[in-house]
Parts: sequence; structure tokens; C-alpha cells
Amino acid sequence: MSSTHALGSLLHDNQEPLLADWLKHIDEAGLSGLSRQEDVRRQAAELLRLLTDAAGRDHGGALAADSGALQGFLRDFSDARVREGFSSQQTATFVFALKRPVFQRIQALHGNDAATQAALIGSASDLLDSLGLKTIDAYQKSREAVIQRQQEELLELSTPVVKLWDGVLALPIIGTLDSARTQVMMESLLDRIASSESEIAIIDITGVPTVDTLVAQHLIKTVTAIRLMGADCIISGVRPQIAQTIVHLGVDLGSVTTKANLADALALAMKRLGAVVSRRAG
Amino acid sequence: MAEHIPILRMGDFLLVSIQVEMHDNLALALQDDLTRAIERTGARGVLIDITALDMVDSFIGRVIGDTSSMSRLLDAQTVLVGMRPAVAITLVELGMSMTGVRTALTVERGMQMLREGLSEARDDADTEI
Repeated sequence: MSSTHALGSLLHDNQEPLLADWLKHIDEAGLSGLSRQEDVRRQAAELLRLLTDAAGRDHGGALAADSGALQGFLRDFSDARVREGFSSQQTATFVFALKRPVFQRIQALHGNDAATQAALIGSASDLLDSLGLKTIDAYQKSREAVIQRQQEELLELSTPVVKLWDGVLALPIIGTLDSARTQVMMESLLDRIASSESEIAIIDITGVPTVDTLVAQHLIKTVTAIRLMGADCIISGVRPQIAQTIVHLGVDLGSVTTKANLADALALAMKRLGAVVSRRAG
Repeated sequence: MAEHIPILRMGDFLLVSIQVEMHDNLALALQDDLTRAIERTGARGVLIDITALDMVDSFIGRVIGDTSSMSRLLDAQTVLVGMRPAVAITLVELGMSMTGVRTALTVERGMQMLREGLSEARDDADTEI
């Protein structure tokens, strides 16, 4: 009987005591703090059952943590952990907490047979290590999926084109400009210019934290495209710090009309359109 | 007979509306026809309408830019009107900013620009005498 197989039957025969010891360890490590007790118990029991199944099948010494059911469970488990705000360390410790109970059980059963004990501990260690790594892997994938989704949502939210006046559009940019965002921004602004026949577009960069050469290049591209379409572009919200950076970087924004704030830009736009704003007398 | 894009005369101005798929020979033929037409009619302004043009490559872009510059050399102001967003983005990504070419959103605004330019030129001429 191979050691993996022996480990499988050992896990199978000792499910209940192992589960109890494991839960005790999880409790001591303070890992069940946020989740409900019965949830942790259910997860641990399910994982132990799957692990027993996986170890029971002899894979010719290869580790059995690859089984589909186990992978699926780890994915759901990690998803839940990510949602509940556990760290990757806490998630992995949950799995590694099973080591000690298993080792103790092996020691108790095969205390007199050093060779069997070593072989069993070796394969149990391998199995749980690979399970732990798989857990971390799944945890990371869940986290990445969350980040990816948030990024996409942010991209959709972050490019509102607003109409300030008849023939004047504004695009307030909040956050850093990268290539993907510039693309989306440029497309939505240009489409709106075409559909509304607006003559002037104001790009407000008050909310852009820093301007580097790349951001400046993106801005220049957008301005050029707007000009090619036959509309005018004003960049507003240039803060003193940003003005200094742009000049120090040697970026030439000479061909672009810039204003310190959105109000000035709107005033200029109205003037170009021939509109006059005046205070009512009295 | 080779294809040609019609060049319409409207008073002092010439109107070119590109409404077919642009290919290299057609673009070159237009450049040739337009410069000849300016010379023949003594037009003071040219309006090139590319509203219907939904694809450009670097060659077509360059020919359109060149045509504008040539018209200017022949003392006819040129306004390029109705460039679509996708075309504008393509040209910018190709690194063609067409500096010096005047642009307008619609044919109406383009005509207005040409008229204003013409009356300014006349004012200048009046003061010189």
C-alpha cells in the first residue's frame, strides 16, 4: 500500500476527530472571528471530505489536490474569503491549521513504526502544502477578478461629457490619465461634439493629480483630434504645480488654449460664441 | 474613363464633397482637378466636405492635407469640414495633426468662415489703396 493511499484511509477513518482538532486550531488562530461558527464548520468538513476523496485515489504518488471538485471548492471558498475581507495569510493559515491535527493523528497511530510515520508525514505534508498553495492561487485570482471588475466600472464612470451651454461641452477628468482612459474619453467627447455640433470643448484637469510627459501627450492628442473635427478646445484647471511640471518637462502646450479654472474657460467660450453675460441692474 | 470627384462652383468659392470611398488614384486626381479649377476660376476659397468619409489611411490623410496647402498657395483659403470622430482619432494616431489646415464642424460653419475670411481680405485690400 503506497503512503498516499495509507494517508487516504487514515483521513477517512479519522474524519470526526480530525475535524474537531482542526476547528480548535482555527479557533485558536482567531480565523473564525468574522464568519459564523457553523459556516467555518461546514467549510472545514467539506474541504476535509474532498481532501479525503482526493487522497484516497492513488495518483501514483502524485498529489491529488488537482481534482476538479477540490478546485471548484477552493474557488468558492476563496471568493467568500475575499468578500469577507480576509487576508491571503489568514486564508492559507486556515488550510495549514489542518497539518498539526493530521501529524498528531499519524503519530498516535504509528508511534512505534518510524519508517511508516515518516512516509505518512511526508505525503501529508506534501498534500497540505500543495493544497495551501492552491488556496493562495485561488484567493489571488478572486482578488484580481474584483480589481478587474472595479477598473472596468471606473472606466465607464469616469468619462462624463457635460453640456455647459449651447455649443459648449465640458469633460471633467478625475484621476490619472492612461492610454485606455484617454481612448475612451477621446471617443466619447468626439462623438458628443459630432452629435451636438458643439464648437467648443473644455477639458478640465483639476482632478488630475500629476501630469507627466505621457499624460501631456494624451492631452495634446485629444486637442488635435478635436481641432481636426473643426471644434475648439480649451484646457482648464491647470494648477500652479502642474504648470511648473509641464514647463520643467519641456512639454510644448503652446498651441493649446489653457485657463486656470473652469469659470474662466467658460467665460472665454461664451465670448467666442458671442454670448454676453451681464448682471441685472438694481 | 477614370473616376472624378465633382468640384462645384458657388460664387467665389469651390465646393468639393467627397461622398465615395476614397482610393489613392481618386485622391491624386482630385488634387490635380482642384488646383486646376482654382487657377481657372480664380476662386478665393475652397471647402472640402469629408462628412461621408469614414476611413482614412496615411496616404489619403496626406493628400487631403497637401491639397489644402496647395489651395492656399493659389490664394484660395481652404476649410476642411465634417471630419468624423473615428477619422480624427486615426489621423492623430498616425501622427498627422494637419497644422495649418482650417477646420469646421459643418458645411454651414465652413462657408461662414470662408465668407468672413474673404471680407477681411477685402478690407485689407481697401486700406492698402
